[in-house]
Amino acid sequence: MSERLLTIDNLSVTFGGLHALRDLNFHVDEGEIVSVIGPNGAGKTTFFNMISGMVTPTAGGIDFEGESLIGLDPNQVTARGIARTFQNVRLFANMTILENVMVAQHCRTKQGAWGALFQTHAFREEEKAIREHGEHVLSFFGSRLVGYRLDQPASVLSYANRRRLEIARAMATKPRLILLDEPVAGMNPKESEELTGLIGRLRSEWGFTIVMIEHDMGVVRDVSDRVVVLDHGETIAQGSYEDVSTDPHVIEAYLGRPAEEKA
Amino acid sequence: MSDNNPATATTPDLGEARPAFDQDWRRLVSIGLVLAVAQIFISLSNMPVSLDVRKIIEPLLSMGYLSLLWLPVLVAYSVSREVVLEGMTAHRKGAHEIVAGGVVGAIGGAGIGLLAVLIDNFDLRDPLVNWSPQLLDQLTFGQSVGLGVALWIVIGAGLGGAGGAMHVITNRTRRVVSTVVLAVVLVAILETVLTDISEELFLEWFTDIIFFKRGGLSQTGAVVVALLAGGYAMFGRTKAKEFKASFDALEGPERVRANRVVISAAGLLLVLLPLVLGKITNELLANVGLFVLLALGLNIVVGLAGILDLGYVAFFAVGGYTTAILTSPNRGDSWPEWLPQTWWLIAVMIVVPLAALTGLFIGAPVIRMRGDYLAIVTLGFGEIIRLLFLSDWLSGYTGGAQGITNVPGVQIFGLANVRGTDPRAVFYLVLVFCLVAIYISWRLENSRLGRAWMAIREDESVAEAMGINTVNVKLMAFVVGAILASFSGAIFAAKVGSVFPTSFIILVSIVILVVVIVGGMGNIVGVIVGAVVLIGVLGGPKQPGLLQEFSDYKLLVYGALLIWMMLKRPEGLVPNVRRSRELHQEEFLQDAWLKGHVDDAEDSAGGGGEVAPT
Amino acid sequence: MRSKTAPRTGVDWFLMFMRWGMFSVIAFGLFAFIWQEIDTNNPLAQALNPDATGLTADQFEGLVIAGLSQGSMYGLIALGYSMVYGVLGFINFAHGEVFMVGAMTGMITANKLFDSGAWENNFILSLLFIVVLAILVSTLTAVVMERVAYRPLRGAPRLIPLITSIGVSFFIQNVSVVLLGPGAKSYPDLPDWWTETQSIWFLDIQRTRLLVVVVAAVSMAALWYLVERTKTGKAMRAVAEDKEIASLMGINVNRTIVTTFAVGGAMAGVAGILWGVMFRSVIHTTGFLPGIKAFSAAVVGGIGNLGGAMAGGLTLGSAEAVAPLVILEPLGVDGVSQLRDAVAFAMLILVLLVKPTGLFGERLSSEDRA
Repeated sequence: MSERLLTIDNLSVTFGGLHALRDLNFHVDEGEIVSVIGPNGAGKTTFFNMISGMVTPTAGGIDFEGESLIGLDPNQVTARGIARTFQNVRLFANMTILENVMVAQHCRTKQGAWGALFQTHAFREEEKAIREHGEHVLSFFGSRLVGYRLDQPASVLSYANRRRLEIARAMATKPRLILLDEPVAGMNPKESEELTGLIGRLRSEWGFTIVMIEHDMGVVRDVSDRVVVLDHGETIAQGSYEDVSTDPHVIEAYLGRPAEEKA
Repeated sequence: MSDNNPATATTPDLGEARPAFDQDWRRLVSIGLVLAVAQIFISLSNMPVSLDVRKIIEPLLSMGYLSLLWLPVLVAYSVSREVVLEGMTAHRKGAHEIVAGGVVGAIGGAGIGLLAVLIDNFDLRDPLVNWSPQLLDQLTFGQSVGLGVALWIVIGAGLGGAGGAMHVITNRTRRVVSTVVLAVVLVAILETVLTDISEELFLEWFTDIIFFKRGGLSQTGAVVVALLAGGYAMFGRTKAKEFKASFDALEGPERVRANRVVISAAGLLLVLLPLVLGKITNELLANVGLFVLLALGLNIVVGLAGILDLGYVAFFAVGGYTTAILTSPNRGDSWPEWLPQTWWLIAVMIVVPLAALTGLFIGAPVIRMRGDYLAIVTLGFGEIIRLLFLSDWLSGYTGGAQGITNVPGVQIFGLANVRGTDPRAVFYLVLVFCLVAIYISWRLENSRLGRAWMAIREDESVAEAMGINTVNVKLMAFVVGAILASFSGAIFAAKVGSVFPTSFIILVSIVILVVVIVGGMGNIVGVIVGAVVLIGVLGGPKQPGLLQEFSDYKLLVYGALLIWMMLKRPEGLVPNVRRSRELHQEEFLQDAWLKGHVDDAEDSAGGGGEVAPT
Repeated sequence: MRSKTAPRTGVDWFLMFMRWGMFSVIAFGLFAFIWQEIDTNNPLAQALNPDATGLTADQFEGLVIAGLSQGSMYGLIALGYSMVYGVLGFINFAHGEVFMVGAMTGMITANKLFDSGAWENNFILSLLFIVVLAILVSTLTAVVMERVAYRPLRGAPRLIPLITSIGVSFFIQNVSVVLLGPGAKSYPDLPDWWTETQSIWFLDIQRTRLLVVVVAAVSMAALWYLVERTKTGKAMRAVAEDKEIASLMGINVNRTIVTTFAVGGAMAGVAGILWGVMFRSVIHTTGFLPGIKAFSAAVVGGIGNLGGAMAGGLTLGSAEAVAPLVILEPLGVDGVSQLRDAVAFAMLILVLLVKPTGLFGERLSSEDRA
């Protein structure tokens, strides 16, 4: 029996007259992979920004593991167990690859200046654990982000590898729920296919629950349990990929109405 | 047409040389005019006269003349610099470059000539008061004005041509030439230090030959230095490179051992050096050390965490004043009776938490502000604190404009009594604290806290999204920076024996900022090198450096340095690999892509290795 | 910035105390002042400020007028800061030096005019002349500054241009020192007529001050006309709003930015002359403190907002003149005039704590909005 992890209740946000989100209802159960799709400007990234605490809603509720996330700072949301990636990859480009996944564990660790200055046993143990967990997370992506790579600055990575590191960084925060914002954007078909498999394994091997914004319908079809369609800040359809892809409202949202009907 | 001579070959093939007189004359003339203005400016600021006291090679070359000679060479060199982009072929360098440089230099020289004429015929004293009458003599080499003008045009053309010629000669020759020039100037600058050392080591006979009695290298000395430097540049350099490469290649326990050797050697040098140096030089070293301490603290705030704190001097002031109040019998009358007058070491233990509190106090309001606002507000705080220390209102506690005098030195039970009159002892005290500061910086940088700082500097909102409590982490940066600055303040108070509000002006914050920027933000070694080079050679905000005659100009140089560093080399002189990539990101990425360091090839070959989680 | 909720963290509590603390000091000071005005020997005054004399209406009037004339100069300088921040998103630290350069130019020219007799005989003409010259030189300085130090850094991370501007400020100050010497230099005396007091309505205002206020107002009006009614001004507003879209609309963004710097520089040049006429003394550090205060004024009024910059200047100038005697002295603080500058900074801090977008709201470009 899986627990309802995230519940979003009549969530609304207005930016100076523009209703970015309008009475949005949404839920995710543990272990699900839910895709959020919709035309550009539908409010999908705003939706993620709400959950991760970067923007405050004007109305409505967000509950995670039974507790409200409203009013929390982003770092508190992450500490509660929600991690995210960004649409335009925002790595710490000049920190090394390993450091990127080490710093992501900040909220799961606690050694401070004292430990660092006196090199206490607890400090050294924690550093070792951080490093090991970081390498462990990176090994999920095969041989690409390991070995000599670890000490190179993240800026040397190819585009696809940067996206992978983004995901690794989110994994490293030890979340229960990961929000992936367009994980395969800009990748070629082969890379997308591989990443789709990885997303599935994120759930099956690492036990993460995943909410994903995507435009690539192939990925959505292959990996989602459920698809939610947003348009103009509202949910216009929900269900399996097949249901949603044939829903007339969804088609209209993407393609518009046929010319004769627009009288 | 590829060049088979390894000394001149560069990776792209060289194209045809451009004809000598096919120039972009407009560009040359405008650059020449800018050079002329700069030369006139240098002359009117009286640099040639006041720097004349420092001889480089007696009697040929003084720092004064050098101030007019270096710019044409540099400008001429950069005029002909060709930026070769991918797909372009660089031109072979030849007469074209020399002519270009010569023209620019000649125009510059004409500018100086013009100035000489103007001085001779008009009264420029009002309002330009700074130049002294000797300037005309200098500019005309003691000859008539007409001859002076002609000479300068010729000299300008010659220097410019030389600058352009730097492109024509082989890379190797160029390296040799610049090493020789640098070495000669360096040895001349370090004259006092070298003579001090040689006295102690009974090598006076050597320095008597090298240096002229009244200062500057003798001609023989110049030749000796030139030969040594040239020899190194030609032969020793490859050896040095090999050595460095083999050092870098060391791994694991060998590397650790090697590091230990280097550090011990450096430490030994630092401990022994004051014993062979004279009093003035030791005083200078102690001063440099105080700034190293300050710079290391600011390095954490600005360099690691990316917070531009312009009010940093406030922490220095808190350290100084607290120490003075707690140790001097002459502290203000308004203090209650029960406030103890204690030893310096005990005062320092109180200074630390007080400085930390000040750090929190100043940090809290600014922590959520935009970077620009933060800079101004911290500056405001710094000024408010100084004004409070200066005010009549609080003068019962702080001494007001009269400050607090009679601050005793540092008594270390039985071991030593460190007072300002014994610069050597002061230096050792400063050294101890510098080592502590270096240790703190190093350990924190490589810790969870240090990584959090760097993440905040890279991208603050993403850092927050990764779970970092940016408020607390930034406050920690303030606190650590404040503590290090207060150490410096405490030592400063004991060294000088008094504290006055005028020692804690904004100028100090800015000079420290220049040191951190020039040395390299976030880079411990860089910051130390920056402090040594800037404060040691040019001087601090109120203290002279090795080149005392620069006192009037050092601030000008600092301002120019700050601008130049930001434009050309924001990562600092001693690069921290990490930071220099950030600031030259595009270039670096292009390079990496061009050289195939990026892993596209691996992607198609590697595939997804499956590793099961534990 | 996130919306304000009840204080949650230690920092929030601290800031709340700081805000309330500053408000209390202001309120208490005002209260003590008013009581003191009514009865010089009231018990509170006896306890805190026994030598109290209170302020006469004339003295108060004098303070306010002094504050307003000072504030108009701050406002003129603040315009430059505000415009550059609105367009490029960073503080041009060196703008205070543009002001100083104008003041210096005025000093040099005024003295030459004095030597030739023109200063006394044709004061208005001489004044006009030095104003024009100062505008030219200040504008040139600002434009060269932008071209050499700021344009190459257009895309750089935000900290870099700020540090560069600190370097430029430092450099210009020291250029003045090495060329003109480190001492303070004076303007020639003004013809007597100008130092006398003029009566307008119920106010008695020194003619020099009146001149300052009038010139500032005229400049402000000219600027308003430029920004609101001309094509150049429209381009400036567009670029300030969104550089990318403005360039897509066919506006030459670089040229507009240069114009922005130039206009700001011109205003600062005028302020420099006014300062010189008012205080008759300039030194290389003349630009530093007024520069920072002018920036504070721009923030107080709302950064990017031109009317706000002027209003902020007037507010800051008045507060600086009035607060030491009206708030601090009744509380028993000695030597309040030394703390004038501290008051200006405190005002900046207070505004940033209470209403960071300024009294009249900020106008930032789309890239810079948080």
